[in-house]
Amino acid sequence: MTETTDRIEKEIVLRAPLPRVWRAITDTKEFGAWFGVSLDGAFAAGRPIRGRITIPGYEHVTMEVTVEKLEPQTYFSWRWHPAAIDPKVDYSKEPTTLVEFRFAEVPEGTRLTVVESGFDKIPAARRAEAFRLNSGGWAAQVENIRRHVSG
Amino acid sequence: MAPGSAATVFGALGDETRLRLLARLSSGGPASIARLSERAHVTRQAITKHLEVLAQAGLVRDDRRGRERIWRVEQKRLADARAYLDLVSRQWDDALDRLKRYVEGPGEAP
Repeated sequence: MTETTDRIEKEIVLRAPLPRVWRAITDTKEFGAWFGVSLDGAFAAGRPIRGRITIPGYEHVTMEVTVEKLEPQTYFSWRWHPAAIDPKVDYSKEPTTLVEFRFAEVPEGTRLTVVESGFDKIPAARRAEAFRLNSGGWAAQVENIRRHVSG
Repeated sequence: MAPGSAATVFGALGDETRLRLLARLSSGGPASIARLSERAHVTRQAITKHLEVLAQAGLVRDDRRGRERIWRVEQKRLADARAYLDLVSRQWDDALDRLKRYVEGPGEAP
């Protein structure tokens, strides 16, 4: 894997049919059930959509994404401010990262690739703040740091 | 990370008072011990000791301003590009684990 600070790539093979995986990710109700967010409305190209994170410890975090593209059963992408926003801050002038989901049928089920890119444009102060918001409470923060320093 | 540094950071954060000090410096900005002792439930000496533990772990540092030591969070450590990316990366790992359990799990809603 290349040493890059601009993007994160994840690949996972899911033992489920592609249409099932597509629905789990692009239907906001299903998405919310596993991602842990309560989104207001449906994913639609160009439309901003907001939601409160429902994961314990992260209830102070709001997620807001604007969908870029929906290519049924193939590709789904959105732009957001990396993973978290503070409701008291105006993010309209801030750079966004791009999250892309790619779906492919494989013998075992579905190969899902997730790429988030654009991190180099995020200023250091905003990264530090996202660190604070994403800590999920101090207990989780301790765990994050522990894993980070021992990994 | 240097050997032993994992123990220092983890140890530094595993204390309620130290976590509170970090939170205070983070949201309130740099402060002297006198400032940090105001309205605190621990003595100045205790706060000094806690700050020194945090400093050893590289999480805070102090600058001398006249007779006072002004303490601040070492944002650089937390804001490091690599550390941030690791955090986001772990969140995606966790999210994809949840997705896997959701789509592969038994008894899911049709």
